Amino acid sequence: MTWLRKHLLGLQELSREEIEMVLASADSFKEVLARAIKKVPALRGKTVVNLFYEPSTRTRVSFEVAAKRLSADVINIAVETSSVKKGESLIDTGRNIQALRADIIVLRHNSSGAALLLSRNVDISVVNAGDGWHEHPTQALLDIFTLKEKLGRIEGLKVTIVGDIAHSRVARSNIWGLTKLGAKVTVCAPQMLIPAKIEELGVRVSYDIDEALKAADAVNVLRMQFERDEGNAFPRQVEYFKNYGITQERLEKLKNNILVMHPGPLNRGIEISAEVADGENSVILEQVTNGIAVRMAVLFLVAQAKEKNETTH
Amino acid sequence: MQEKAKILDRDALNRALMRIAHEILEKNKGVKDLCLVGIRTRGAYLARRLAEFIFKIENANIPVGILDITLYRDDLTLIAPQPLVHKTEIDFDINDKNLVLVDDVLYTGRTVRAALDALIDFGRPRTIQLAVLIDRGHRELPLRADYAGKNIPTSDNETVEVRLIECDGKDEVVIAAKEAG
Repeated sequence: MTWLRKHLLGLQELSREEIEMVLASADSFKEVLARAIKKVPALRGKTVVNLFYEPSTRTRVSFEVAAKRLSADVINIAVETSSVKKGESLIDTGRNIQALRADIIVLRHNSSGAALLLSRNVDISVVNAGDGWHEHPTQALLDIFTLKEKLGRIEGLKVTIVGDIAHSRVARSNIWGLTKLGAKVTVCAPQMLIPAKIEELGVRVSYDIDEALKAADAVNVLRMQFERDEGNAFPRQVEYFKNYGITQERLEKLKNNILVMHPGPLNRGIEISAEVADGENSVILEQVTNGIAVRMAVLFLVAQAKEKNETTH
Repeated sequence: MQEKAKILDRDALNRALMRIAHEILEKNKGVKDLCLVGIRTRGAYLARRLAEFIFKIENANIPVGILDITLYRDDLTLIAPQPLVHKTEIDFDINDKNLVLVDDVLYTGRTVRAALDALIDFGRPRTIQLAVLIDRGHRELPLRADYAGKNIPTSDNETVEVRLIECDGKDEVVIAAKEAG
């Protein structure tokens, strides 16, 4: 298996083997994080630019830590402080970053397809750190990595994703990745948060949280993004917690021991109770650590693929 | 790939390893503070075998680690296909140890250079020594082996293939002609 992609835009386009290669590499990078000196020289002399058009702390910091653990130089560009505010287009910004001789752009953007657009207009690598409602591939890869680490496999696992499926790039990337690796995915939410024809992605839909949790090996609890609420499509917070919130009482009704994941940041008392978030079933903080290993793997793989494409052409 | 000659068969290979085990013990005056670290893939198997020979001689277990040097290479972009990054497994303290680095073939020396960089990230051994099954010459860096199973003069258009039961199903070392192109 050889990794040839110079960009990581989404999990939809990746083969099962490619996803497995990222997971296997991440496992090796995780060992680096356990060392006294948590740094390897693999990307020495390379520059990674975090270009973020949306506020994000944990994804941006996770990419920054990952790049630094690989000895790359890191530059953070947040939209508020850049000339993007003066109207510079995404493509112009990307080309300027390229002219600064950066090697990888990590892009977070509120428009679906932004990473693809940028990748077609620059020669350097583009890694999608979330584009609109489309994909957030590294989040899904770290979720899947955590599942595999905790439960030993993905094939045949039953995974329930709860929350705003309609507006969630995390859900979409998880669905692509998990189904490719042979997991059985159920999505669960109030009807207005389930997009039409979602079944065509190979998932089961449930509107009843207790039913959706019943046989699941793991539940991925999405953050309710009330800041994205544009009308009155969203349920009231109290009502959502009552009907869909992951609480200790709900988990205690289950026969099996279920793994609880959350991409963060948590809304305690809205989609998940504090007790569950801090409880025995939760692997939420391990997801954060695994996120660094997964992003190291992704940065390393796209960087070496880029060089290879250039030397062979 | 065309095989030209068999350099070592199974018995010769194991005799060479047994001799290296004796030499390591002689030079380090026993097993005190001694540890082995093998370079993936075949160096790791050879390190484990050396530890078994040392156990037979001294009746003492010594720590054995595995080093993956992919992240420390200087030719990462030149080699294709890109190897999967594997885990480094050194679960003991290497500080103040006499550490014997083990690899199958010593050639340009660039793998060993990368391995030294990697090891130094794990600590500060008192000494680092180098044991190889085959030294085939053509060094590009100022390095030498402290222990060598066999020195083989080769030309640059030949390759040395070390095969081990653990990963290749049999023990042997052969010289082959490099594939054209």
